[in-house]
Amino acid sequence: MSTYLADVAALAHKDLKLELRARDTLPAMLLFVLSTLVVFHFALPADAGEDAAYGLLWVALVFTALLGLARSWVPEREAGALDGLVLAPSDRSAIWLGKSLATLAFLFAAELVALPAFVVFFEPLDAAALAGVALASIGICTVGSLVSAMAAAARGREVLLPLLFLPLAIPLVVGGVGASISEEPGTYLAFLGLYDAVFAILSWAAFEYVVTE
Amino acid sequence: MSIAKPSLTALASVAAALVTLSAVLIFVVAPEDADQGFSQKIFYVHVPIALTAYACFGLGAWKAYRVLATRGERYDLESYTGVHVGTIFGVLTLVTGAIWAKASWGVWWTWSSNQLVLFLVLFLFYCAYFMLRFSVEPGSRRERISAVYALFGVALIPVSFFAIRLANDFIHPTVFTRDGPQMTGEMFFAFCVSWASITLLAYVMYRVELAGKRIDANLRELREALQT
Amino acid sequence: MSSGEKYVAAAYGVFVVVVLVWVVILAAKLSRLERETGDLAGLARARPAAGDRVDV
Repeated sequence: MSTYLADVAALAHKDLKLELRARDTLPAMLLFVLSTLVVFHFALPADAGEDAAYGLLWVALVFTALLGLARSWVPEREAGALDGLVLAPSDRSAIWLGKSLATLAFLFAAELVALPAFVVFFEPLDAAALAGVALASIGICTVGSLVSAMAAAARGREVLLPLLFLPLAIPLVVGGVGASISEEPGTYLAFLGLYDAVFAILSWAAFEYVVTE
Repeated sequence: MSIAKPSLTALASVAAALVTLSAVLIFVVAPEDADQGFSQKIFYVHVPIALTAYACFGLGAWKAYRVLATRGERYDLESYTGVHVGTIFGVLTLVTGAIWAKASWGVWWTWSSNQLVLFLVLFLFYCAYFMLRFSVEPGSRRERISAVYALFGVALIPVSFFAIRLANDFIHPTVFTRDGPQMTGEMFFAFCVSWASITLLAYVMYRVELAGKRIDANLRELREALQT
Repeated sequence: MSSGEKYVAAAYGVFVVVVLVWVVILAAKLSRLERETGDLAGLARARPAAGDRVDV
């Protein structure tokens, strides 16, 4: 068990260090989410209700996450390292967990910029909304890492990833928006927790089959 | 094999008989609904088609699980065919649902019909299944990736259904409702026969498609063997 | 035909049409497979019988 967690930590740590050195994914995500929020200001008509802005926040978050996910397996692919990792004696699912955690770190970093910007540009965010963002981010990164690995095996992977990911992201958007605007966010937060539990377990179990022959 | 599979001919004949019987039951025997009028009869074809689509996706997922559990490649074709027939019936659910919506409420689409919205999400999901399948080189990798995706599909069905219900509670309150039909005995019987006939028809389609795909695969192997 | 009847006819009609289209597609596939088996039978006939093969 401890070697498993050590493997996960090592893999996540490697991704974070690579990003700190190369600095290509995170700045892109930050700039993208800010640009999207500005575009949304121009996209919203003057008399749109305040709730509409929350919907757009979630669209921005999902597509920013897609940007991060699209690049998440690139370091392994370019170095040909994924085969090496798969052949290593560690449990394959550790690769998935390490990748999910690293992607989650990037997404949280992007949200650290996006959420204050949203509050300044649009509407305030309460604790329930922030909890929704946190829970949904977990779901995005766990399912997203698995789906991204599937797309990595295919031709046309840049186009395929959003197609595979968006239907799976719909429940997360519902949970997140509901937590932001509803008077009873508890239900929506519980639902997000359920989604995270179900799909994290599925992704954890299925990853092995996605990366091996 | 201990139990022989029922012959395809026998199944197809029974399906044909059941479809005929259900047509008679629907249009001659079952009374007209007091509230909705004649257009309520769409119920007898729309709901069984939706249930059959779910069943096909479930079949596809079960075969997908067998792909992962046993590495048998025959299950890959079975899973693929199950998902394919399920998608056909999914599209039919959307179209018959839209026609029924137009007949009941005058609009071709409403976001307040949870089942229709669920099928829209599933349609998107399973279309991506085919795109995934055609983008990966044939082989055991493609079999496993397709199988994992098909399994995710059935997990998505209940989760999406909850999500859509939650969305309609607060984000988009319900606009249109349709009272569940107060079914008489004849209506219920007609529904059951219709459901059985459509399920059996789907299964016959599944078997026929599967046979076609298997023959295709075998012929390809044969050609390779004969051309060396 | 009242409008209610038109919609019912449309719904059942779409179902029938889709199944028929499926039949057409399958029929096309079957003719292609028939042609394939014919070709392969020809290829098999053209091969020298195993006993006649001469080792070079």
